[in-house]
Amino acid sequence: MRNIGLIIRRELGSYLKRPSGYFIGAAILLLHGLLFNAFAISDEAQLSADVLRIFLYWGGIVTMLGGILFSMRLLAEERWTGTDVLLFTSPIRESEIVLGKYLSALSFLSLVTLSSVYLPALIFVNGRVSVGHIAAGYLGMLLLGAATLAVGTFASALTKNPFFAVILSALFVGLLELCWPLGQISQPPMTELLGFVAMHTKHYSQFQRGLLSLSDVVFYGSVIYLSLLAATKVLESQRWR
Amino acid sequence: MIVVEGVSKYYGRNPAVRDLSFQIEEGECVGFLGLNGAGKSTTLRMLSCLLLPTSGAIRVGGFDAEREPHEIRKLIGYLPDTPPVYPEMRVDEFLRFAGRLRRMTSKQVDARMPTVLEKTGLADVFDAPIETLSHGYRQRVGIAQAMIHEPKLLILDEPVQGLDPVQIVEMRELIRSLRGEHTILLSSHLLSEIERTCDRILILKEGRILASGTEDEVVTQMRAQPAGYREAVNKQWTLVEVRGGEAEVRAALAVGDLTIMELTRAAGGICRLKVQSGADPRELVAKQIVEAGLGLLTLTRSQSALEDVFVQLSHTGDGDAAAPGGAEA
Repeated sequence: MRNIGLIIRRELGSYLKRPSGYFIGAAILLLHGLLFNAFAISDEAQLSADVLRIFLYWGGIVTMLGGILFSMRLLAEERWTGTDVLLFTSPIRESEIVLGKYLSALSFLSLVTLSSVYLPALIFVNGRVSVGHIAAGYLGMLLLGAATLAVGTFASALTKNPFFAVILSALFVGLLELCWPLGQISQPPMTELLGFVAMHTKHYSQFQRGLLSLSDVVFYGSVIYLSLLAATKVLESQRWR
Repeated sequence: MIVVEGVSKYYGRNPAVRDLSFQIEEGECVGFLGLNGAGKSTTLRMLSCLLLPTSGAIRVGGFDAEREPHEIRKLIGYLPDTPPVYPEMRVDEFLRFAGRLRRMTSKQVDARMPTVLEKTGLADVFDAPIETLSHGYRQRVGIAQAMIHEPKLLILDEPVQGLDPVQIVEMRELIRSLRGEHTILLSSHLLSEIERTCDRILILKEGRILASGTEDEVVTQMRAQPAGYREAVNKQWTLVEVRGGEAEVRAALAVGDLTIMELTRAAGGICRLKVQSGADPRELVAKQIVEAGLGLLTLTRSQSALEDVFVQLSHTGDGDAAAPGGAEA
């Protein structure tokens, strides 16, 4: 725990000191605002709950994008700049490195995501939605972001080039998402099987309606666990190369 | 401190290190000398537990590198060929992080920090962001992070690479000052560095140990090698200038295996001669000349035997001379 805390502190310090963290954060917030304005708000009268649902739909996509962008520098950049050597010659476990890096990026992503809460709050100006709906939606958005970030962390462990890492994680997340339309055009039981891995379309839809489903939470938890485990194993295997 | 037994490392099919065996005692300062690609960095990376050997065994401080890497990591400080520093961090902030990673408490880091900053000459820039420092200073930060936790073993891969002449002298002084406190392993393709800082030399070529020991021992081992190296070692001579007659000088030096290669007469009754011998003949020459009542003016060795050997190493290809194979560590 002590080592994980050390890495989180150093990483967060680095986010605050370098422009890239602010830049990605600002870009995410800008996208939230633009998409809210473009899709959720319309001239015609609509239900407040629908406005919130549409915001959450696009918000999920933006958070996934944030997860991919924040993950790219986690492990790939350390190898790119050679600072991984400091970590790998210290008495600290690979799982602690992965967890420390992941949790630091997750806290930054969560901070940025939660900063967008002023947008659904605007609905209260002319309408009425339940706070529970917003809370469930944001929980879903955070879980979706956390799962994307974990997949990105795994991709970041596979390469030493941060640019390739971002492409690789976008590819992984995109492929999982692509399984949904593939499932729709295939026969059962493939429809269910393929559709099950779509992180946004399948598992985020309940959260958008303000509903909390345990199976979705378990799904995201499993994706996070498996991705981080895989990233740890990749780091451990580096000694054998 | 370090026991390496029959270690080989292959990258795919390419051998980086082949059947390496050597021992290093506590407190020694050992230099790995070899051209680029000789296997120096791979060896140091294996000793730092960054890589596992394909075959063979490595023990550091009594711990096995394959099964107990975490125990070994507690004992070592490692500086790779590019210093592993986070450019956005301040020097003291970074050293604190490095120390804490090595299981030091905040108090221990506080107590150790002034000594490390002082030793590495970083006291003036302790609060500067690392990205604003020159290459030489970054290299010092690299050494500082390797020694902050007072490791028993300090592994420095090419510590003078990319430094200017003044920085090289400073780095050499720094490494010398660390002798005695730590067991030190360093690698270089610069002979002068190894010669001036280390007690013992390991010459690597194409992943094999060609010779090992003190400078004199290495030269002796090289004499036992096939033609290429022997010639190189034998080329060495000592320049002597003596005030006295030619016959007297010849008589005085007709002792042991001293051979006078060349003798010229200079103005003022001075004889200038080149002498060759198996070992370093300077003491013997000085003694003989003084005992004969002649005036000894100059006594200089030509470039070091080791340098000759090394130059020869860099010029020989894969022929007989380059693959002696039988050198024992």
